[in-house]
Amino acid sequence: MSKGIKRSMLSLLAIVLMMGTVLAACGTSSEGETTTPPASEGNTNTETPAEEPAAGGKADNQAFRMNISTEPPSLDPAQAQDQTSFTVMVGLYEGLTRMNAAGEPEPAVAESWTTSEDGKTWTFKLRQDAKWSNGDPVTAHDFEYSWKRTLDANLNPPAPYAYQLYYLVNGAEYNTPDSGVTADQVGVKALDDYTLEVQLVNPTPYFLSLTSFFTYYPVHKATVEANPAWATEAASFVGNGPFTLAEWKHNDSIKLAKNDNYFNKDQINFTEVSMAMISEPQTELNLYNTGELDWTGGPNGEIPTEQIPVLKNDPEANLVIQGIASTYYMNFNNTKKPFDNAKVRRALAMAVNRQLMIDKITLGNQQPAYGFVSTGIKGLEKTFREEVIDTNYFTEDLEAAKKLWAEGIAEAGWDPATGFTITHNTGEGHKKIATALADMWKTAFGVTVKIEEQEWAVFLQNRTALNYDVARAGWGADYNDPMTFIDMFTSTSGNNDLGFNNAEYDQLVKDAYATQDNAKRMELMAKAEQILIGDNTALLPLYYYTRIWMNKPYVKDVVIDYSGNMDYTRGYIEKQ
Amino acid sequence: MARFVIQKLVSTVASLLVLATATFVLMKLIPGNPFLNEKTPRAIQERIMSFYGLDRPIWEQYFKYMGKLLSGDLGISMKYQYRSVATMINESFYLSAQLGIVSIIASVIFGVGMGVVAALYHRKLLDNLTIVIAVLGVSIPSFVLAPVLQYYFSAELRWFPVTGLNSPFSYVLPTIALSALSVAFIARLTRSTMVEVLNSDYIRTARSKGLSGFVVTTRHALRNALLPVVTYLGPLTANVITGSIVIEQVFGIAGIGQHFVTSINNRDYTLIMGLTIFYGIILMVCRFLTDIAYALVDPRIKLTGGKGG
Repeated sequence: MSKGIKRSMLSLLAIVLMMGTVLAACGTSSEGETTTPPASEGNTNTETPAEEPAAGGKADNQAFRMNISTEPPSLDPAQAQDQTSFTVMVGLYEGLTRMNAAGEPEPAVAESWTTSEDGKTWTFKLRQDAKWSNGDPVTAHDFEYSWKRTLDANLNPPAPYAYQLYYLVNGAEYNTPDSGVTADQVGVKALDDYTLEVQLVNPTPYFLSLTSFFTYYPVHKATVEANPAWATEAASFVGNGPFTLAEWKHNDSIKLAKNDNYFNKDQINFTEVSMAMISEPQTELNLYNTGELDWTGGPNGEIPTEQIPVLKNDPEANLVIQGIASTYYMNFNNTKKPFDNAKVRRALAMAVNRQLMIDKITLGNQQPAYGFVSTGIKGLEKTFREEVIDTNYFTEDLEAAKKLWAEGIAEAGWDPATGFTITHNTGEGHKKIATALADMWKTAFGVTVKIEEQEWAVFLQNRTALNYDVARAGWGADYNDPMTFIDMFTSTSGNNDLGFNNAEYDQLVKDAYATQDNAKRMELMAKAEQILIGDNTALLPLYYYTRIWMNKPYVKDVVIDYSGNMDYTRGYIEKQ
Repeated sequence: MARFVIQKLVSTVASLLVLATATFVLMKLIPGNPFLNEKTPRAIQERIMSFYGLDRPIWEQYFKYMGKLLSGDLGISMKYQYRSVATMINESFYLSAQLGIVSIIASVIFGVGMGVVAALYHRKLLDNLTIVIAVLGVSIPSFVLAPVLQYYFSAELRWFPVTGLNSPFSYVLPTIALSALSVAFIARLTRSTMVEVLNSDYIRTARSKGLSGFVVTTRHALRNALLPVVTYLGPLTANVITGSIVIEQVFGIAGIGQHFVTSINNRDYTLIMGLTIFYGIILMVCRFLTDIAYALVDPRIKLTGGKGG
């Protein structure tokens, strides 16, 4: 009897200990959703964080430490296509222009430029003191070589982002195998060592911003030709940016060191930028809390979702939430019943309570979306979203939605008893959103909505093949112009996975490409968005994304731009 | 001995071929490809596929891969441009191996130690305590234990570094997290066999001859009680090295474990194949060494094919 009691007590003790451990650990789970960060109301803002004057001056130790979560797949401008690579490359390269903190392109390797009257020819004058990290001068030939290399259809492997250079005359053709177009016919030419002439297919008012984008960076010809794997090791890497690649421990860390050959080296304060590759958000936060990181969270790291309520109430946490130019939306399969009926799509869009979803589920102070072009994208005078009000396209109205739904499914000849499925890629955040949508639609229309979670590659393949009813989607800006969103849904676009096909829309995009008049261009793009969302509700906008991070108060002038990318090159550590 | 080794080698190579073929087929059955990307136009994706030969019929890809494999070439990663798979495995494996070896040693020392103590104090407090610890070790998964250890001992108490394997101290927490299960398992295994051995006739005889308790325990009882532990060493090594994925992620160790998850998510075909074959070799080497160790510990087993005699 007594042995029995003893054993029971021991078992009880064991269970209590286990439960305690498991419960304690529950707070440490992580979630892969980096772009739907959670809530904060108190110590946050939606603007770029205002920098206080440097009260204490600059500290002696100018080493900045951050996390990039993963190994960058490539540091070659022709091959890079992801956020991590971009964050590293912004320190290692300098384009013709660079984005300043306000999101405007300013002179970098190019010190001045002129445009022809038709807006199609740009002539850049390059500064003569720009050097590669090995001391060679950076010339117009390097840019010509780099851009043509990226466009070369025979590049091995082909450049995934080559289409970012299709603005150049014959750019798309040279990137197409067997087109017969040669490198000489591509619209970029070094007139001399320090003059670069660029011929564009259309007048492109945002072309200058594009020249700061990583696909437009120059490469060092001799290095590239000598070793195809030049961009995979610190020892063989040659760049022209504010920093050099001092150390690359694969899958572990990257260290950048200040580049003494950089022409603007006086503007650079950090002597070293250390980038850890920690994929666990809780580990990243532990490193930040123990003072081993100066920055945690977006754009490359992540703050654990469940920690946010605590952090937002901590005045010392310095939590920042900033709107970025990305839209979270749901695809309707426009080719499939009942989603081929505009009334059905509109009814579904009108029956969603976006603010409730943000307040209760996404928790990231996002802004409800009723349009496709995100907040933060430049318009004519203000942002496009301020000039073209998205609530004019449709508003949330449950009663009107019910009426539309009934009409729509009758027109489509669809039996609501069959129900439909929301497909989303793996992620707790996506699952919660899909569940909420299913619930809202069930309440509004009595329709049964199933949810299916698919692993990213499977999901993407199905979405591209229009093998879905309603599918989760998101899109972030590549450059600061509404066109980065609008031209996605022309009937010929490779990214059109809605099955949306509208000749008038195609024509408006074509006209916007061709015109040099910016006001006219904005008007054409607004009309296109009206067709996409206002008339057809081809997709269901949910919210405009935010970026969330914390940085130590002594970190100054490290900025997140309109699109959510990070620029640490002008940052410094303030003396404490 | 030579015959034993040759037999083992032949079966190892055959198993590896089956493993490589099965992995290749399964990998190709998963939908998707390494170059699926929202922002890459399909035409460009197809050209990249063609560059890597992924537009060829599967049987052709298979024979090409196997041909290269037999010449010792694991190919280049499809995600990390121009990075050789062999180099990637090489760079990360030595960290996993370091942590793995420390964990195996810790598992054996603490597991056997606890098991012996429990057996010697059978049904007393120390024994019960060992059982509780063993139950905890088996029940708490490493993905729970690792973050908890890190949070309390690194972030809160600051006794150990949060990440990396840069000093002897930094090994402590990852080793505990990685060894908990095997320590518990070995402790239970040792305890039960030890209890059995301690009650056997020859131990009673040894005791009655007036040998000290220490000598009886170490020289007579322990040697026999260790047999199941030695048998377990093969799977243990495999478990510790392959089971370090979570631990490596939590403690930010650039080991091979992380390649496992990411290579599949990335559909990095060459890396998936390289890792599978590499791990296949490790598992088979472990099994081979276990067989030899088993024979050395128990002289009744001969290396000529395992038949007792």
